[in-house]
Parts: sequence; C-alpha cells; structure tokens
Amino acid sequence: MAIEVRIPTILRSYTGGAKVVEGSGDTLADLIADLDSRHGGLKARLVTDAGVLHRFVNVYVNDEDVRFLGALDAKLNDGDSVTILPAVAGGAFGFAAAAAIASHAVSTRAAR
Amino acid sequence: MLSIDRSIIDAIVAHARRDHPDEACGVVAGPVGSDTPTRHIPMDNAARSMTFYEFDSMEQLRVWREMDERDEEPVVIYHSHTATEAYPSRTDVSFAGEPGAHYLLVSTREPDTEEIRSFRIVDGVITEEPVKIVDAAVDPNAVQSYMFGQSPATVDYECSDR
Repeated sequence: MAIEVRIPTILRSYTGGAKVVEGSGDTLADLIADLDSRHGGLKARLVTDAGVLHRFVNVYVNDEDVRFLGALDAKLNDGDSVTILPAVAGGAFGFAAAAAIASHAVSTRAAR
Repeated sequence: MLSIDRSIIDAIVAHARRDHPDEACGVVAGPVGSDTPTRHIPMDNAARSMTFYEFDSMEQLRVWREMDERDEEPVVIYHSHTATEAYPSRTDVSFAGEPGAHYLLVSTREPDTEEIRSFRIVDGVITEEPVKIVDAAVDPNAVQSYMFGQSPATVDYECSDR
C-alpha cells in the first residue's frame, strides 16, 4: 500500500495535471522527497530553503493539520491520506502580516 | 469579468460590515468550470485582526472537501480591508494560491459606502477586472457593470520568494 496525496490546482503543473498521486515515506519529509523524485520541483513549493514547511501551503494527514503533528517530522503509515491545500491568507498591511508569519513560525517550531 | 448575483454581494458586504473593524473573509463556491459563484460560505478569520486574515486550516479542509464532493470549486475568494482601499496588498499576492479564483476585495473604511473590486492574481501578477452585478431576483437582463479605474489594470509585484 502507498500514501495517497491530493494535489491542489496550483501545483498540478508538477503532476501532469493529476489531482491525486501516490507516494511513500515514513515521515512527511520522506514523502515529499519521494514525490519530488517523480514530480520535480514540487518540494521547492512545499519546503523553504531553510527546511521548514512553506507558509503558503496547508498540509493535512488524514484529518489533521501537520503543523500539530510535528510538521515535516509527522509520522506516516501506509494507507494514510495526505491533502495539500493553498493557505488562504492576506490582509491590508505587509508588516502586520510579516509579524503574524513570524509568530506562526515560532509557534510551529515550539510545537515540534 | 466577474459576474455575481446581487444577493451574494449583499451577503458579502453584510459579513464585512459585521466583522468590521476586523477583516472578514470567505469563499463563494460554484460548479467546476462554470465561472459562476453560487454558494456563499463566510469563513472565520483565524487571525481576528484589523490588518490580516487567515482561514482556519481545519475549517478550510472541511469546506474544500465539501466543494470537492459537490463538484464545486472556489470561484470567488473574498476579504475586506477595513481602513484602506480595496486593492490587493503584497501579502495578498504572496498568498494567492487559487489561480482560477476571482479575488474580491471589499473596503469598509467609509461607513456609508463600500468599495468592491475584483482581481485575478496569477504568478504574482495582479489584473483588475470589471464586476458585473446581476439582479437575478428582479430581471436577469437588468445588469449594472462598473470598475474603479483609479489604478493601473496590471501590477507586477515581482514576488521573488515564490
């Protein structure tokens, strides 16, 4: 068995238009590396150069946001379903958003 | 061009007014490929902020799955700016992750009037589009079309971090 991964519209250019692809890995990081070996470029859209999950995407394992499961260290099992969605966020002022992103990154790290 | 029923615009404006001075946000779903917004879904602003909005990730998963099951997609993604114009900020552009969606902005900075504008945001490029309000309840042919033209139709923010 493998892990089913649901790909959002904006990233389907990396999967030949496929809405669902399969992959494998013991952690989310492993799964993303596995996907990237067949769908080159996908990893860069999910993981920052600093090696953390991008702020612009939400990733879920089954029904849980991976930010509450250890982010890239989240453990995966065969038969799990992973869903990727574009994070929907924004707002009037860049500096406030930057502060919110910074505090989110801190809380994400703290949760690991 | 965004064509949208007046009753949906009224509901979006009411949501924006209700949450003012915090930013309000939500989605209008429609059948896949129809480019027609039909189902208004007000969302929680998890940031509860006057200058930032963010969908709650669990609510978003639920709503996106529901759209999937109903063969719908997010035709409109809207939010309000409560002290500034209805024009996408750099933050809005960085996050714009639905290339097929109309990004609708409502400004509630004036107490008596709302500024409503719609944009496509693809690969960091903002393109303003006219909003056509359809009065389905009264007369489907009675339409009003307008666009606020005080800014250039296309702005490239060069989002180098994407």
